[in-house]
Amino acid sequence: MSPADRGGDQVLDELVGARSPIVRNTVERGAVRKFAQAIGDLNPLYLDEEAAARSRWGRLIAPPTFPRVFDFGSIPDLPLPPAGIIHGGQSYTYTRPLFVGEDVLCHTMFRETYERRGSAGTLRFLVFERVADDSSGERIVTSRDVLILTEKVAAGVTK
Amino acid sequence: MSGSPWKVGDALEERQLPAVDRMGLVRYAGASGDFNPIHVVDEAAEKTGLPGVIQHGMLTMAQMGTLLSPHLASGFIEYFQTRFAGMLFLDERLVIGGKVTAVEGDDDGETIAFDLYARTDEGRQIARGSLRFRWLGS
Repeated sequence: MSPADRGGDQVLDELVGARSPIVRNTVERGAVRKFAQAIGDLNPLYLDEEAAARSRWGRLIAPPTFPRVFDFGSIPDLPLPPAGIIHGGQSYTYTRPLFVGEDVLCHTMFRETYERRGSAGTLRFLVFERVADDSSGERIVTSRDVLILTEKVAAGVTK
Repeated sequence: MSGSPWKVGDALEERQLPAVDRMGLVRYAGASGDFNPIHVVDEAAEKTGLPGVIQHGMLTMAQMGTLLSPHLASGFIEYFQTRFAGMLFLDERLVIGGKVTAVEGDDDGETIAFDLYARTDEGRQIARGSLRFRWLGS
């Protein structure tokens, strides 16, 4: 391992626990419609105001992976390579659906980083937790993203 | 409160999805804000050693989520996790499905756990998921 590699790993380790600033997002009706069309799910609860009003939710809701659209803020000084990041896994945990038209307060936390040795060399894992709260501070959704850097890509992560 | 339609071992009806072409990926890029060029520009994908553009993993996850979409008037998706296991190329066709692994009832409803899968129509594994649906009654 070259000194540059070690430098990058150290920088990552020291940033565990770092948080982004809070960013306000709106669950926009047009954005939900375009997203629903792009994923091929024309559920009336996403698109049809009258059908949604008659539902238990009383209003339009957003698809479960819609938080992909949000700006969750970025973590200052986190050195990520410009390309070559592999998306290894993703989860969403909800307390209720997202409602169209509501404002949510979002931020990102860098949760953990670790290495795993595999047949393709050492892989560096980065885990991010991204949350969206309602305007009274109640959590609506927690997103967990697992990103993977190959050895070659991780070597580009330096100060 | 009416009970959910599921019991342990039930299968979600397997669906073969239409192939996503380049315009479909451009559309998802625009709708999601993920403009990583390896999903739309062949040259960018080839530069990273891929034979061509690969589909967004998050599009696959969204498509797996549509398996529960018909039930969103009766509850919501409480937990949805996906592991991306293989790359899906342009125009490849995805088959999605799943089964019920647990059902737990309580005073306010039921929580139903599912294992989900996404594979190509040729049988190559693309993603595996687990999902918990919170049933509140129809």
